[in-house]
Amino acid sequence: MIELKVNGRSYEVSADPDTPLLYVLRDDLQLNAAKFGCGLGQCGACTVLVDGAPTLSCVTPIMLLEGRQITTVEGLGSREDPGPLQRAFIEEQAAQCGYCIPGMMMRAQALLQRNPRATDAEIRAQLEPNLCRCGTHMRILRAVRRAATLMAGPASSPGTAVTPAAAGPQLDTPDTETGAQGDARSRPAYSERRERPER
Amino acid sequence: MSTNVSHKISRRAVLRGTGALVLSFSLSPGAWPYAGSGPQSARPKLPGNLGRNPLLDAWIRVDADGHVTAFTGKAELGQGIKTALLQVVAEELEVPFEQVSLVTADTSRTADEGYTAGSHSVQDSGTALRTAAAQVREILIAEAARRLRAPADQLRAVAGAVLGPNEARITYAELVSANLLHVEAQPTTKLKDPTLFKVMDRSVQRIDIPAKVTGGEAYVQDMRLPGMLHARVVRPPSYRAKLLQVDVGNIEKMTGVVQVLRDGNFLAVVAYREFQAVKAMRALSLAARWEESESLPKQARLSETLLGMPAQDQVILDKHDAAGGPSKTLEATYARPYLSHGSVGPSCAVAHLTDGVMTIWTHTQGVYPDRQAIAEMLRMPLDRVHCIHVEGSGCYGHNGADDAAADAALIANALPDRPVRLQWMREQEHSWEPFGPAMVAKVRASLDSAGRIVDWDYGVWSNTHATRPGPAGALLAAQHLERPFAPPEPKPLPQPEGGGDRNSIPLYTLPSAKVTHHFLHDMPVRVSALRSLGAHLNVFAIESFMDELALAAGSDPVAFRLAHLDDPRARDVVTAAADEFRWAARPTPAGGHGYGFAFARYKNLAAYCAVAMQVRVDRETGRTRVLRAAAAIDTGQVINPDGVRNQMEGAIIQSLSWCLFETVSFDATRITSVDWATYPILRFSSVPESITVRIIDRPGTPFLGCAEAGQGPASAALANAVANATGKRVRDLPLNAARVKATIGV
Amino acid sequence: MKTFVTRRVVIRLLWVLGFGVAGLVVYAWRSALPPADPPSADSFNADTIRRGAQLAALGDCATCHTAPDGETFAGGRPLATPFGTIYSTNITPDLTTGIGRWSLAAFERAMREGVDRQGAHLYPAFPYDHFTLLDDADGAALYAFIMTRQPVHAQTPDNHLPFPLNMRFLVAGWKLLFFHEGPYQPDAAHNLEWNRGAYLANGIGHCGACHTPRNSFGAEIRTRQFAGGEAEGWHAYAINSDSQSHAAWNAEALHAFLSRGWHEQHGDAHGPMAPVSQSLAAAADSDVQAIATYVAAEMGNPKHDKPAADPPNNDTGAAIYTAACANCHDGTRPLPFGGIKLTLSTAATGETPTNLINVILIGLHPPEGTAGAIMPGFASTLTDGQLESLLSYIRANFGARPPWTGVESSVREARSRVSD
Repeated sequence: MIELKVNGRSYEVSADPDTPLLYVLRDDLQLNAAKFGCGLGQCGACTVLVDGAPTLSCVTPIMLLEGRQITTVEGLGSREDPGPLQRAFIEEQAAQCGYCIPGMMMRAQALLQRNPRATDAEIRAQLEPNLCRCGTHMRILRAVRRAATLMAGPASSPGTAVTPAAAGPQLDTPDTETGAQGDARSRPAYSERRERPER
Repeated sequence: MSTNVSHKISRRAVLRGTGALVLSFSLSPGAWPYAGSGPQSARPKLPGNLGRNPLLDAWIRVDADGHVTAFTGKAELGQGIKTALLQVVAEELEVPFEQVSLVTADTSRTADEGYTAGSHSVQDSGTALRTAAAQVREILIAEAARRLRAPADQLRAVAGAVLGPNEARITYAELVSANLLHVEAQPTTKLKDPTLFKVMDRSVQRIDIPAKVTGGEAYVQDMRLPGMLHARVVRPPSYRAKLLQVDVGNIEKMTGVVQVLRDGNFLAVVAYREFQAVKAMRALSLAARWEESESLPKQARLSETLLGMPAQDQVILDKHDAAGGPSKTLEATYARPYLSHGSVGPSCAVAHLTDGVMTIWTHTQGVYPDRQAIAEMLRMPLDRVHCIHVEGSGCYGHNGADDAAADAALIANALPDRPVRLQWMREQEHSWEPFGPAMVAKVRASLDSAGRIVDWDYGVWSNTHATRPGPAGALLAAQHLERPFAPPEPKPLPQPEGGGDRNSIPLYTLPSAKVTHHFLHDMPVRVSALRSLGAHLNVFAIESFMDELALAAGSDPVAFRLAHLDDPRARDVVTAAADEFRWAARPTPAGGHGYGFAFARYKNLAAYCAVAMQVRVDRETGRTRVLRAAAAIDTGQVINPDGVRNQMEGAIIQSLSWCLFETVSFDATRITSVDWATYPILRFSSVPESITVRIIDRPGTPFLGCAEAGQGPASAALANAVANATGKRVRDLPLNAARVKATIGV
Repeated sequence: MKTFVTRRVVIRLLWVLGFGVAGLVVYAWRSALPPADPPSADSFNADTIRRGAQLAALGDCATCHTAPDGETFAGGRPLATPFGTIYSTNITPDLTTGIGRWSLAAFERAMREGVDRQGAHLYPAFPYDHFTLLDDADGAALYAFIMTRQPVHAQTPDNHLPFPLNMRFLVAGWKLLFFHEGPYQPDAAHNLEWNRGAYLANGIGHCGACHTPRNSFGAEIRTRQFAGGEAEGWHAYAINSDSQSHAAWNAEALHAFLSRGWHEQHGDAHGPMAPVSQSLAAAADSDVQAIATYVAAEMGNPKHDKPAADPPNNDTGAAIYTAACANCHDGTRPLPFGGIKLTLSTAATGETPTNLINVILIGLHPPEGTAGAIMPGFASTLTDGQLESLLSYIRANFGARPPWTGVESSVREARSRVSD
């Protein structure tokens, strides 16, 4: 039996010591966020934090992790009470298939924890080991920048629920369209300001 | 199922009271009206996929508590379709968004809408659902009118209820009753006025994202059934490999191993715990001896190989109108290699055989065709196989999903009553998925003295872009059995959609034009549909060549295109992209900077898209940085603007990855690009500084879809920008640093 | 990396200063050469430019003379030396910040004598102690190549050198002691191919700049050529008869390794050698062949240290290896990027554990869009103790050599260089 500390709780795990952490998280602890992308340490979909440092759980055997603090996306907040990073990704709609996103989030979390004022170049460099095949990169960058703002602000503790049921269809920016029908060219780009690069 | 279906609602005897609808089709699979029975020709033309599934309650159900369930045969692939379709239903049915839920592709519950592919989801399912929702709304209003004894035109549907004079209000829950919606759709529909939209044409947040960022169960990979076993396949090392010998004795003795399966060349192992299965798979792989043979072409001579293969020629355009005499003639050849889907999550499926019914949870794009193939492979009756779509990672076409489903089913078939989870490994996904076909295009065109195109000759060489199941022989597992199923004969997809010839006919006004599709039957490398199919290479070629012609004509690339475009929506999208990019104000290329533009209408009948790009090419290394891209898209009636934008950004970035870096590699025997080290794709360091997308909204017009509109234009905009930057033209994809440097020279 | 600025070094410098300041000043003074009009691109023959490009590939000028994310050849890359940080200069033909006004004579003087156009001595971080071998034709070809690059306006940052090392005239003293100017002298005892290889490897290739150990003044120890050296926190393995490679190198293997970046029996090029082999892809194949012939001859038949008697019991190391490494390094993943068998890797057999530690901690990350080994870094996963167990297991079981010494300090030193 190996004792693992995950998201602040201790677990006694009966998996073999050479089992990569990823399988233990997913199969023994039923934590969905960290994903199997390659099992080779090439894509980052399995990224979790070990003592605050981004770690590829698919190549990390649990025998190395006794006494270490493991953090997964589930440790950043919940559906009912999402943390700032999760809120940022929802608000920026930073996902297409979403499979790579938990890995991206953990790498971003590690960066923002030690460097809350990370520049765009630093965020890009931090996320370089992680692959996204859908091409969601622009939104991921925006979400990480937004998370930095949310983390820094006074209301940075896990905030209010954003379940659609409570608040009506969640729009990611205020509704400004009332325009006339049919005049295609006069219709401005929806939430035009969001398309300008944030510097 | 009632046979006395009437189109006149008022004459129906409606029972008072509450009650959910009984879904006729959920209890008697095979009772689909379309399934080869009944006089099809007499049926009026119904929009979208309603034509194949005309019963309204196949699409919309209203519960006793007023909750609405919509059914679609399409699947969520990460393109946001679940949310978009909910918006459509909520809008037309006049129900709060939160009160609608969506059931997606399930052979026991939803219509057969074929594959979720070709950007058809919004066009076909969206149209069907919109129509069905509108008609259901009218039925409910009519029922309320009957009860209130008021004319229907004095009533209106609002927020899940029908309101009438004197503050009358009846909720849908109170209105609905058995069989009320068990009627066929009518040919005409009263659609809601787009100016009154509250939910459609809004950037509603996607309903699936919260679970995906908080560790919720969201993917087939997350499924955990009681007693579930873990399985891994050992695939052959190459296409033609034969399993000579494998000693499974030691594997069976490994801790946790439940069973080792062998059937011909199909080899799999099942264990209690996942990592036990992985270790057993590795050991099984080492224990197997294969006989291999060479079957692959020379990668360095891929284009010549394709051009030399026997081809079935189809002339799909041949027109000769009067025009000016040719004064300049240009010709060029363009090519792309095999491209991988490269799904970040290798394919996975869960299968469970219980009570003689095989249930498979899979991220296939087509639950019905995959079910049919698997049933044939297992020699089970169709109604004993049940496929349910559960999301996987992005597939971008026909990846390993269908095969993983078949693998899981085959294994579960040997282990009755035990759910089996089958997960492909990274190398298996990279080696065995069907790739986007390598293609070659040759084009020749002439300009008159005024710089207008007067003749055009285009030929494209390509394999089929569709080897999906269908037949069992399309499945890898079925091909590898002791008694194998033969792979089906490939056939070209017909125009106007096409396969390798998709978008091979330019939208431009060309007085004289001939387009030939050289369909290549032989497939030495496994191929199938990759996002946008032939459109990627054809638009790359056509739009690169348009730039070469524009240069020869001394014309600005945008002006040159406008001079040949009559379609006003096409012109709008070109103008909008140029404007969004500030094309007219671009400086003369200097210091390695270059600017490129491209346009296409997907399949010449779907979304219009134009892309402009600025790049910087490092002359010393040949490395291209994309600095910014601007796109314009006209997708007809927009459902979710943010969703459209997300898809467009994704399409541009994915296309950049294909075009800057990607090529499937192989030697004479094996695929050698087996992981991300050997098949590198775009990472954050190559992401542009900005991508902006301008949506031209056309409220009230048909849905045109958007998921595949950007790939072709983005690839040509890139090539054109690189040519603009370097003065040299690269016509072979990918435009990687080595190739660009070799073209630039010292 | 040793810290050279020890008391011993300071005393020696004072000696030198005391002895020869006056003579040195006279000796050190070099005239400025007049600024030339920038030559036009068509004043150069296309073949000459191409030849220059091939030589620049051999010399890998671009790697040192390009800042991270900077323009190629525009300088600004910091080079950490034992004496401080030196920034590479802008060698594009920019008129104000580059060498656009350098005549051929000025260029040749810099390459062969280590003096810039204005007459200032260049620090030997720029390996003119090797480039001095260049013959006239090659010098002219390099000049043609450099002068036809894109001019880039980029001011070279100031060096960070403590007093008195920032006094350039002192370099004249260093040159007096350690710099042997002059063209390549063919060795009649060897054939043409060997001589060509020696001319290239010791000249433009400047292999010894990394692969030869240096004295406390930072000068190569000529009597120990190719006996191994340091570069940017990595160990450049011995490529003479001290080579610890498991499989013997021959000319053919070296040629493959240098031109492709990998060999089945030796692994891939990593660390600072990676950009070198990438650059060699653009070199003339016959030149790479010649270098391979020469270096293989220098290696001869290496004698390996005796293997360790009995590998000590190391359950922890074995378990870590099996769990974290074996999947790639002991499996069936195809070469060249699948993960080399560690018996073949000099990382396990080499003189120091530095490179193995670097790779384990940092991992391997190929440049964007290029195929190359991707290995995860284990810096956050392994504690120092776990890492040391793993190292000694790898050394004993795959290196089959006596254990390394000073492993703990090597690990500490590597950790301080590696950030997450």
